[in-house]
Amino acid sequence: MNKAIITVVGQDTVGIIARVCTYLSNHKVNVLDISQTIIDGYFNMMMIVDYSAADESFGAMAVELESLGEEIGVRVRAQREEIFTAMHRI
Amino acid sequence: MINIQEVHETNEMIEQEKLDVRTITMGISLLDCACDNVDELCDSIYAKITTRARDLVATGEAIEREFGIPIVNKRITVTPISLVGASACKTSEDFVKIAHTLDRAGKEVGVDLLGGYSALVNKAMTPAEELLIRSLPQALAETDIVCSSVNVGSTKTGIDMNAVELLGHIIKDIAHATADNDSYGCVKFVAFCNAPDDNPFMAGGFHGVTEGDAVINVGVSGPGVVSRALDEAIGRDFEFLCETIKRTAFKITRVGQLVAQEASRRLGVPFGIIDLSLAPTPAQGDSVGEVLEKIGLAQVGAPGTTAALAMLNDQVKKGGIMASSYVGGLSGAFIPVSEDKNMIDAAANGCLTIEKLEAMTCVCSVGLDMIAIPGDTTAATISGIIADEAAIGMVNQKTTAVRVIPVEGKSVGDMAEFGGLMGYAPIIPVNQTSCEAFVTRGGRIPAPIHSFKN
Repeated sequence: MNKAIITVVGQDTVGIIARVCTYLSNHKVNVLDISQTIIDGYFNMMMIVDYSAADESFGAMAVELESLGEEIGVRVRAQREEIFTAMHRI
Repeated sequence: MINIQEVHETNEMIEQEKLDVRTITMGISLLDCACDNVDELCDSIYAKITTRARDLVATGEAIEREFGIPIVNKRITVTPISLVGASACKTSEDFVKIAHTLDRAGKEVGVDLLGGYSALVNKAMTPAEELLIRSLPQALAETDIVCSSVNVGSTKTGIDMNAVELLGHIIKDIAHATADNDSYGCVKFVAFCNAPDDNPFMAGGFHGVTEGDAVINVGVSGPGVVSRALDEAIGRDFEFLCETIKRTAFKITRVGQLVAQEASRRLGVPFGIIDLSLAPTPAQGDSVGEVLEKIGLAQVGAPGTTAALAMLNDQVKKGGIMASSYVGGLSGAFIPVSEDKNMIDAAANGCLTIEKLEAMTCVCSVGLDMIAIPGDTTAATISGIIADEAAIGMVNQKTTAVRVIPVEGKSVGDMAEFGGLMGYAPIIPVNQTSCEAFVTRGGRIPAPIHSFKN
């Protein structure tokens, strides 16, 4: 399993999760977990996804998700999970 | 499983606190290029660098995209050119040819700097090493990305005062040769004592002769992250302060370790070391000076600065060493004046003097770094500054260095602009009392005794 973390930060608006999930489903990325919270007044959503069956390279998807975020007006980042486990798990 | 707070913390470090990997540096041995014809030598050097490092920049960029962590610089270090060119180069111009080759090869693969136009003369200079040193004004003026270093002393050998004396003149000549550009050439040159073989940072990086054919070294940074973490430690005791720094250094270094392993795997080049350094940039909030001020100094340079820096440096190492399988390079807090907003301010208003900076270098990772001094400073005074700094390194068994810029045509109170990460610096006063008779004696300062420590 190749896990990645997708985060969405910004003003809450209708359809954010739907559009991100549509993109993921089109590229055969499986959503494992979704959580959301408000940090410092901003909408924060985090998805843990499995991209092992994805039809595109992870780097390319990260760039496309960032552009999708710009379209919606929020910040979308896709990062491989290892950067977080490296920092927060021994 | 990773939770949303942890993800938020990491991304906050990257976006707000300027956490980045400062450099992925590929070390490349050029020893197998050595031959006795300078043109053939240049061809083999060009071929080896452009083959070995062909995918370095693209790999760095791919890692940036996938992990979402900026990797600011991709760089190359090579075997000290004084060794590689020893049999082929009969004149300084021959060495300059190699400098041009390095410049072209580095630009071809897209790196921002290439280090190793260097000589290790800690006991004495060979004729080739002296030729390379004498070629520096022309080499550094005519190339863009080539960086140079000369190791003038070590704890085991003492200090080669002939080289120290020569470098005073050479630094003045480099400043003159690049006078149109605030003597920028001097930014690309550093004089060392106890230079490490695996330093990924510039201008002092070179690929030591004890290294393998190629290696990946990574320099991490993150003064902004430490600074932000210290907001929680205001008014708390040293125990809490030190724990906070260690914890932060650990996290920063783990990211460097991840990037280094990933780059090493993708490029098929062994992982060398992580350099645990707090490397500032001139940007607001990315300053080692700010960290020292948060520890409790009204401004960096105040009494207490040396103690605060000693503690900071030690805690960064203690936290970082646990986070990486191999640590090396310079590893510690850098104090490059022109690259650090709070130090620039302190130098400009006289709170931070060159004498205080010298004291700070006794406890930090490098030395007198990126300090702009008056253009009319004499060669002998610059040699004296190098000798003092080398003596600190020699006696204390640590790396020390001097990267001063005698900015031609400028004097105390003027500002020198170096641009980009190199920043800008006020020209600060230097004690101009003569040391000419001392630095021109000739010979070397013997190695110090390693017992009876007091």
